[in-house]
Amino acid sequence: MLLTPEDVNRIAVLARLDLSSAEKQAMLDQLNGFFGIVERMSAVDTSGVEPLYTPLSAVQSVSLRLREDVVSERDDRELNQRSAPAVADGLYLVPKVVE
Amino acid sequence: MSAPLHELGVAGLARQLQLGQVSSVELVQHLLTCVANSEQLGAFLVTDPQHSLAQATAADARRARGPVPALTGVPIAHKDIFVTRGLPSTAGSKMLAGYASPFDATVVARLGEGEGEHAPGAGMVTLGKLNCDEFAMGSDNENSAFGPVRNPWDAQRVPGGSSGGSAAAVAARLVPAATGTDTGGSIRQPASFCGVTGIKPTYGVCSRYGMIAFASSLDQAGPLARSAEDCALLLSAMGGFDPRDSTSAERPAQDYHALMLRPREEATAAQPLRGLRVGLPREFFPDALSGDVEAAVRAALAELERLGATLVDVSLPRTELSIPVYYIIAPAEASSNLSRFDGVRYGHRAAEYRDLRHMYERSRAEGFGPEVKRRIMIGTYVLSHGYYDAYYLQAQKLRRMIADDFQACFQDCDLIAGPVAPTVAWRLGEKHEDPVQAYLADIFTLPASLAGLPGMSVPAGFGHGGLPVGLQLIGNYFEEGQLLHAAHALQLATDFHLHAPAGASGA
Repeated sequence: MLLTPEDVNRIAVLARLDLSSAEKQAMLDQLNGFFGIVERMSAVDTSGVEPLYTPLSAVQSVSLRLREDVVSERDDRELNQRSAPAVADGLYLVPKVVE
Repeated sequence: MSAPLHELGVAGLARQLQLGQVSSVELVQHLLTCVANSEQLGAFLVTDPQHSLAQATAADARRARGPVPALTGVPIAHKDIFVTRGLPSTAGSKMLAGYASPFDATVVARLGEGEGEHAPGAGMVTLGKLNCDEFAMGSDNENSAFGPVRNPWDAQRVPGGSSGGSAAAVAARLVPAATGTDTGGSIRQPASFCGVTGIKPTYGVCSRYGMIAFASSLDQAGPLARSAEDCALLLSAMGGFDPRDSTSAERPAQDYHALMLRPREEATAAQPLRGLRVGLPREFFPDALSGDVEAAVRAALAELERLGATLVDVSLPRTELSIPVYYIIAPAEASSNLSRFDGVRYGHRAAEYRDLRHMYERSRAEGFGPEVKRRIMIGTYVLSHGYYDAYYLQAQKLRRMIADDFQACFQDCDLIAGPVAPTVAWRLGEKHEDPVQAYLADIFTLPASLAGLPGMSVPAGFGHGGLPVGLQLIGNYFEEGQLLHAAHALQLATDFHLHAPAGASGA
């Protein structure tokens, strides 16, 4: 099954990437080249196999560790916002979203 | 006459510093000159002499006051995927150009100044940040937004990737040690291409805190250096449980140097590896394996045999399938991780846009390079409604089967060995137009990554054009000591790891 230009448009919207038409054409060819090697994977019978989401669970039971719900960090707002594209009064600035 | 400073590795420099034969300041000054004279290599993205010399001065002062950790004052450089206070952290991406992290990655802190009063660090001096493929996505370092890295053995060849700057800097004798990260082979393959030693430990050994995320269930940090011994010293300082990483392995800290030295029960003076069963997966020696690589790897295996190891045939039947499985899972995780780059809290923001949504789309389109966009697109697609089961879930099931295949192998052997890559380093630009060709070359490193097993690349000689070839060693979970022991035995018997590319150091 080959991807179509419409598929590439749809995926780019989901991925929030504003691709040029040249990029979309290259992407279509490259994605179809890639999914050519993926087909082999689809043929394997994996019924009854548990997915392996995190590697160590292949040999031991792994539970998600949660930390205590306590403050562990200092307030470093200025330092944390140093690399933000636009801030004012400690707030991140974005284009207007509510009229 | 003693060897020039840049020829010495981590252990050698630690000894010189301890004996007072050199100061950290002298060492750092010498290496910074080497780095400055080697700009054409493209290995370093940034140095800050003042910052490094201040750390070196402090290290010398601590040493003068009393006993210090062995690596105090030894220089190291960090792959620019680790965030660092005081030096920009870019992940090789225009998206993060100039990003100033408010904190150090755990690995950086542990190797350097420590994590606070009660957790002192190893006291190493940061020499700078190293070039890498953008967000660690690539295997030739050509995906860096800041230009390629050249292989010190042949300037027309790639150094491998994604830790290409790390491997090239260590090979060119610009720095004795570097950090790297390995998601699908990004420590082992550049180590192999540049003729240095590198180890990716078991998933969970090194903290991912402060490592800019690519694929969180695969990413793992590790050292690149000139020998197994140096890697053992570095890994001991880098690794260990970190509560800030939710997948950090809850195990006591390990002394990998002691584990590396510990003799095997059956060892004799002539045969230190007696009793060690080394499994050779037949799928790691396919027809497509380049003859020069196979010859070097077979010679290294014969050396292991001479040292007492027994070679046994094993099978990893899903080796080829690891390529599509990896290139579904890693992009899926990447598309999720990289969704954080929205031009709001940090990173590139487009200058022109219509509204908030268009600002996201423009900022991401401008900030990410072609390979990163491709992987975000693949990942977004395989996680999207209607395709999740067919691609992502199927890949995760196959991942379990691949991990089980390894456990079946380890019934018959203690270590697995084979080539790291099917060829020596390729030419700059050779695989740039056809990304799938580059993906296929990852075939021998992907299986251990998917299973989360520790893997190493150990210099094993030279192939076409005098380019280095690495021997890959794969161990069972948390068997880094056994890997390092075998690699160390090999390095005591051979000198491949001591060869340096001609005139590369800039000294």
